[in-house]
Amino acid sequence: MTAPRGVAVTGIGVVAPGGVNRKEFWTLLTDGRTATRRLSFFDPAQFRSQVAAECEFDPAAAGLGAREIARNDRFVQFALAAAIEAVEDSGLDLRPTGSGGLTDTGPDGDPDAPVVGVSMGSAVGATTRLENEYVVVSDSGRHWEVDPHYASAFLYHALVPSCLATELACRFGAHGPASVVSTGCTSGIDAVGYGAQLIADGEADIVIAGASDAPISPISMACFDAIRATTARNDDPEHASRPFDASRDGFVMGEGSAVLVLEDAAAARARGAHIYCEVAGYASRSNAFHMTGLRPDGVEMAEAIRVAMDAARVGAHDIGYINAHGSGTKQNDRHETAAFKRSLGATAYEIPVSSIKSMIGHSLGAIGSLEIAACALAIENDVVPPTANWSTRDPACDLDYVPNVARDHTVDVALSVGSGFGGFQSAIVLTGPNR
Amino acid sequence: MSADTAVTAAATAAVATGPSSPAALPGSVPAPASRGESGSGAVRPVVTGLGIVAPSGIGVEEYWSSTLRGELRVAPITRFDASRYDASLAGEISGFDPEAQVDKRYLVQTDRWTWIAMAASRLALADAAYDPAEHEPYETAVVFGSGSGGNDFGQRELSRLWTRGRTAVSVYQSIAWFYAAATGQTSIRHGLKGPSGVVVSDGAGGLDSLAQARRVIRRGTSTVLAGGAESGLTPYALTCHLSSGRVSTATRAVDGYKPFDARAGGYVPGEGGATLIVEDPAAAAARGAPRVYGEIAGYAATHDAAHPTRPAPDGQWLATAMRRAIADAGLAPDDIDVVFADGAGSLDLDAQEAAAIRAVFGGRPVPVTAPQGLVGRLCAGGSALSVASALLSIRDGVLPAVGNLDTPHPDHGLNLVREPSQAAVRTALVNARGYGGFNSSLVVRAAT
Repeated sequence: MTAPRGVAVTGIGVVAPGGVNRKEFWTLLTDGRTATRRLSFFDPAQFRSQVAAECEFDPAAAGLGAREIARNDRFVQFALAAAIEAVEDSGLDLRPTGSGGLTDTGPDGDPDAPVVGVSMGSAVGATTRLENEYVVVSDSGRHWEVDPHYASAFLYHALVPSCLATELACRFGAHGPASVVSTGCTSGIDAVGYGAQLIADGEADIVIAGASDAPISPISMACFDAIRATTARNDDPEHASRPFDASRDGFVMGEGSAVLVLEDAAAARARGAHIYCEVAGYASRSNAFHMTGLRPDGVEMAEAIRVAMDAARVGAHDIGYINAHGSGTKQNDRHETAAFKRSLGATAYEIPVSSIKSMIGHSLGAIGSLEIAACALAIENDVVPPTANWSTRDPACDLDYVPNVARDHTVDVALSVGSGFGGFQSAIVLTGPNR
Repeated sequence: MSADTAVTAAATAAVATGPSSPAALPGSVPAPASRGESGSGAVRPVVTGLGIVAPSGIGVEEYWSSTLRGELRVAPITRFDASRYDASLAGEISGFDPEAQVDKRYLVQTDRWTWIAMAASRLALADAAYDPAEHEPYETAVVFGSGSGGNDFGQRELSRLWTRGRTAVSVYQSIAWFYAAATGQTSIRHGLKGPSGVVVSDGAGGLDSLAQARRVIRRGTSTVLAGGAESGLTPYALTCHLSSGRVSTATRAVDGYKPFDARAGGYVPGEGGATLIVEDPAAAAARGAPRVYGEIAGYAATHDAAHPTRPAPDGQWLATAMRRAIADAGLAPDDIDVVFADGAGSLDLDAQEAAAIRAVFGGRPVPVTAPQGLVGRLCAGGSALSVASALLSIRDGVLPAVGNLDTPHPDHGLNLVREPSQAAVRTALVNARGYGGFNSSLVVRAAT
């Protein structure tokens, strides 16, 4: 029986609040600083939640062309910038078709040329652009039969979020399988998981995988206001995201993207690539309970964790770091703590657990990929990022949440989990390159 | 132990042991000997149930008989006054009574697109005689291709926000508009706790959902609801479609969406889709599934990676997807009995697909059809429907005709199916392309 192919992470790119590249992102996290502020993109006065974690992002400075910027929503721009950094980091020569890159042998060319795929996640796609354009064509919502004469040229590009995969495929000459995974707030984990499956199964040799969202728009803020999922701590925005703290009152809307370059691990080793870690196990389960509600027992998330750990052939004692979903809603943090205890037993109390959403907010589908990037960097640096703003223990959240200060800690295996609207529960296990 | 034996054994164990069975990635699947040959050594899932909600009909028999009769279901838009738009045609589903098809609790929480997906799923489960409640909840998953999300709900709530303020926005907007709504609600409605997912690749999404279902099944889950649906017939969604420059501006239905016709002038958007019950063959046999429509024998996907909004210079990457899918099935082009084409309905895209088909099949005049000319393009729902049509061709030994075709374009050089015809159909290739450059091909085959 042929041995299954391992999946190596050989490049990382990040656009995040408080740090629009990999290095700035990691510095922010390890400093324990927060990037949550009063929302500035529009006047948030009418909203219940007026806090957001916004990226200071200049697409041109990040290397995007004028046309890429013009035709794309911010969520695609983030992903292009993150992918440019990730591909450069990997050392792979991936360029647009026809400019002489690694994939330029064409479909009838070298049969051994690597197949490059794209697997990108997004929860809400081009919502921001769709809303902005809607406001124009409907004259601020007044006309159901909107006036098409005021529409811009790239609205279909915004309507279906697969534009995200298309833009990356074109930018990097990726002719393999391409798709967008849109499983709400687990999109980022699932997109990396699916990308790893493509390599494990031999459907692709290299996959550009990650996720992106830019949901800081009136309609998105209104959506989460309506169900009181976001924080109302408007008088103290820098400390508004409080995962696992007894005073938590909802998540802080964020935005951003992380992109990884995944490769067949043997091929990556053969070319002498720097390997951050391997994607060793992934699983997803659904709670089949409620689109937004979570039962306190965490059963389905625990099952996803257990299956992912089995695939990675790791036990609870091997895990050096858990990157929690830790959104900072009352129900999530309790649910997740229960899932860790259910899947890891008493060992759960010995493993550092943190939520980087305390610092960069919750960027919906993107955050899963940002958290995987954080795990890869934790393995690379043997440092665990903290949970900022933690001060008061909640009896239902009684694990070691690495309060406020990063910790030097050997991390050979990291677990990252997510929980999404729709009932999705996903878990991914990363292992160090020398394991 | 051969790879084949290993996977079969694992699959059998999965059925026997349910949630504690091995089921994940990377690692639990033997890697194929080489790319394009995984079908030879790994489980080939079977389709045991079909649920269809389409402009041609609700339910398999209504849809199929209408399709074989060649009834054109593209018609002037009735959902709203379309007089100010350059496009006036659509493939609307008439006679769809959501209250009869979808539980009330879900009706208020969801958009018409999700109603269609949930109705199709209910029909598919009944067709397969599969009751998820009789199985461990982790044994069943749902993986849908998604397109433009919940347009009716989304436009309504945007209007409320911008005219009446944020307090007027529905508590359900956050779960009705986003692309995972149909998958999430279907998992809740039927108690499905397996590894569910949502893939988006525009029109290719229906095929890509079946590919993901296959990956899920090969990792030990026994049953997956796959396919997709679409409903984008609101003024704002139509405005978005128009911006692509590829929507037909014809006013008479017969002049609308015309795949491979000399007068092809763009597509007509439509609504609908299909859910397919996809099962591990051993699990289907173990539960005594009443019928097997066929097996998912092969699949491959490529991307043109040419230009994000303009078509590729040629169809060479579509041809590559077709070749790889056929090889993945362990077959040769000569084994394919019929091609269910993407049939984009634009002269340039049709010419590319025709060239790709000619390149793959050489001089052999393989029959090519595209019945979707009757209903319009349904994004991810359309490619799911094409697979359903291909499986019904296998079941009945009949080829449906290309929809709304008058005069085949003389340069395409295809053997287009002009009238429904009897034919022994054992193996069909289904093509689907998505805006921006997605190319997917899937091979379905009569069960062995």
